[in-house]
Amino acid sequence: MKRYLIPLIVFVVLVGFLAVGLNLKPREVPSPLIDKPAPAFSLARLDAPEQKLGLEDLKGKVWLLNVWASWCVACRQEHPVLVDLARQNVVPIYGLNYKDKRDDALAWLGRYGNPYIASLSDSEGLVGIDYGVYGVPETFVVDKTGTIRLKHIGPVTPEALRDTILPLVRKLNG
Amino acid sequence: MVERLTRMLPALLLAGFLGMAAAQEAKPLAEDPMLEAKVMAIAEELRCLVCQNETIAASHADLAVDLRKQIRQKLQQGQTQAQILDFMVQRYGDFVLYRPPVKSSTWLLWGGPFLLLAVAVAALVLNIRRRRTLAAAPLKADEAERVRRLLAEEKSSS
Repeated sequence: MKRYLIPLIVFVVLVGFLAVGLNLKPREVPSPLIDKPAPAFSLARLDAPEQKLGLEDLKGKVWLLNVWASWCVACRQEHPVLVDLARQNVVPIYGLNYKDKRDDALAWLGRYGNPYIASLSDSEGLVGIDYGVYGVPETFVVDKTGTIRLKHIGPVTPEALRDTILPLVRKLNG
Repeated sequence: MVERLTRMLPALLLAGFLGMAAAQEAKPLAEDPMLEAKVMAIAEELRCLVCQNETIAASHADLAVDLRKQIRQKLQQGQTQAQILDFMVQRYGDFVLYRPPVKSSTWLLWGGPFLLLAVAVAALVLNIRRRRTLAAAPLKADEAERVRRLLAEEKSSS
């Protein structure tokens, strides 16, 4: 009996490691920017390119930064969720239009709805690099002091909104 | 004629593919090959976050192309490799480094193999010791009796 004990323990430990490994999401790399000041930017508005919008303009409120693009398939999946959220008026959503063509982006918003207070044109993707964006869509929660509090990688789902994003927004506003 | 053509077909196809490959690869590099070598050396140290098992040097992902451009620009501005790697880590975390730093969150990664080695060596030593004590243990009375009987049987049968 004792002879089988050690292989059994080794096997159980191995299974434990594999079980944890299977449940990890290697696509979701933790961002080093959490609880750090949001990188500064000053970008042209998508709807009015002659106007610039910067990080300083957004201080004093809790807001979401949603990175999107018209070429991004998963963005279409999350878009109705954002449109719905915008209707509820609980938190302002700003868009970072990442490596997109202006005409395509405007047409896309025209077709699927525009949940954004404003979208910013990051046509070169440089602000995206500053924010460590590696897979669109990504969504950041920024607090009143301009500190990044959360990064959601991939499409925003109703569950993610209900369980993490909105509770955090309420806490930061409260 | 047709037969000859079909026989040549693989060669023709191959020639076509080679032509295509060359056409894809012939993108003009930066004017300065020294700089380009440096860019690639740094890019080799960085993981592409889009296709996670490729370096930024090897990846064709859009982001990898952009990041190579960033590295090139920063080198042109006179930044060092350490500064550039730091720039990447600040944005993407330690995960971008193919050689993760030794710190509290990575000690298991670095120390794990040695830990396993230590366990294996300990098991080996224990095992050898146990065998030695087994061999050295004197026979009990009934065992000795059985040995004697078996040896006696063998003698009488031969």
